[in-house]
Amino acid sequence: MVKIIFVAFNGDEKIVDASVGQSLMQAAVANDVRGIDADCGGACACATCHVYIEQDRFPDIGARAGMEASMLEFAENVKPNSRLACQIPISVELEGVRIFLPEAQH
Amino acid sequence: MRNADFARVDTIPLEAIDVSQARLFESDEHLQYFARLRAEDPVHFCEKSDFGPYWSITKFHDILAVDSNHEAFSSDGTILIGDNPEDFNTPMFIAMDPPRHDQQRRAATPAVAPGRLSDLESLIRQRVSTILDDLPRSEEFNWVERVSIELTTQMLATLFDVPFEDRHLLPYWSDVATSSDQVGNAARAPQERQRILAEETLPYFMKLWHERANAEPRFDFISLLAHNPDTRDMNKNPLEFLGNLMLLIVGGNDTTRNSISGSVYGLNRFPAEYDKLRADPGLIPNMVSEVIRWQTPLSHMRRNATRDIEFGGKTIRKGDKVVMWYVSGNRDEEVINNPDQLIIDRDRARHHVSFGFGIHRCMGNRVAEMQIRILWEEIMKRFQNIEVVKDPVRVSSNFVRGYEELMVRISE
Repeated sequence: MVKIIFVAFNGDEKIVDASVGQSLMQAAVANDVRGIDADCGGACACATCHVYIEQDRFPDIGARAGMEASMLEFAENVKPNSRLACQIPISVELEGVRIFLPEAQH
Repeated sequence: MRNADFARVDTIPLEAIDVSQARLFESDEHLQYFARLRAEDPVHFCEKSDFGPYWSITKFHDILAVDSNHEAFSSDGTILIGDNPEDFNTPMFIAMDPPRHDQQRRAATPAVAPGRLSDLESLIRQRVSTILDDLPRSEEFNWVERVSIELTTQMLATLFDVPFEDRHLLPYWSDVATSSDQVGNAARAPQERQRILAEETLPYFMKLWHERANAEPRFDFISLLAHNPDTRDMNKNPLEFLGNLMLLIVGGNDTTRNSISGSVYGLNRFPAEYDKLRADPGLIPNMVSEVIRWQTPLSHMRRNATRDIEFGGKTIRKGDKVVMWYVSGNRDEEVINNPDQLIIDRDRARHHVSFGFGIHRCMGNRVAEMQIRILWEEIMKRFQNIEVVKDPVRVSSNFVRGYEELMVRISE
């Protein structure tokens, strides 16, 4: 299991045990992390699993590209470290990562 | 429901099945047609129809795949099954591909962004309260007119910042825009439709445009478009300005209106669900998503293939018309359990196709959800029952899945 810390917009933290092979979105949904809607079910087609990542500490996560970048074009409050959680696979390198949630999904 | 008609689809040869006929949607016969296509021919080619040859995409995941592949499936021109009238081409960003789509959509989005919505919540609640308090008690009335249209019209007037006393022009123009032979509705002659849009709607908004362009930027659609560097010259292409107005008026009006009517109708069709709601009004947010799925206020979106592509075991040719039937994807038994049933505490109720997917996904989905949520929160504080007293009258269209009339009686 890989420990992931989801940080809500109000600062509340929720620690989740995720499995390698899941996506970050799936780990959030399976553990009832509020603030991630994942309407399309992980197809990179709705941008309702928008999160901010600790890019400096976890460069392996990488940057958005392709369809993910297109979808984030139309999300709200997008920052350089914005990603869609459905496009981030859980790996052991992510142990202890803090994932920050936006104010709302659009 | 007319069961005699339902039996008929089984006797039609598969290749002759044409789901584009508006009358099917007026009578709910479309449900049986799409059930058969999903089972026997989920990617279906219809050679002869009022709209020419077209492909039907009927399964949830196939719709998701087409909707999120905007390179192979273009929106350029129109997203309706019927082609644009040759003499009245009104570009709008829903019917554009990147990069033009992206620029125009981005310019309009701030009007309905989450931060803006929290500002609007108390205003909507106040308006909902007034509308509900003014309704007749123990007497039949048309819910569509008194509630669904009134509430969405007031919202739209705010989003455009149209003077409140002019607000009834908006649903009128919305009806004119959607009564088009492009969707199988012949309520108005095409020339009359074009005349109203070009000679009434356009000048009205052109005047607003000039006012807004010369004033400080604000968060209404017109001001946003008039001040954004990517769109501030849109007034120089009047048909494109008109096209985008039609998009934002219809998108912000018919859809929510018909989901509101559908919520009342659905709870009457499934009284055990209404009981669940009375027992636990906390179900309202989940119910809102479920109603939007069950109603599916827009039946389809259309694309054009930009190249030959293998899809679902078929070969779709470059230039072919491809219609994603949201109304069918939302009834896909492989993705949604018991899809014909309204189940207000359904698991994963947000997982529906009513908003579409990909870059053209509904921009105003959160405003829509918020209006329906607040409406039901206020209804549950006031009324014990909203009883539907006769069969609704449906809109004749293969695009807008809606109600002309829903007669109800309220008991407190």
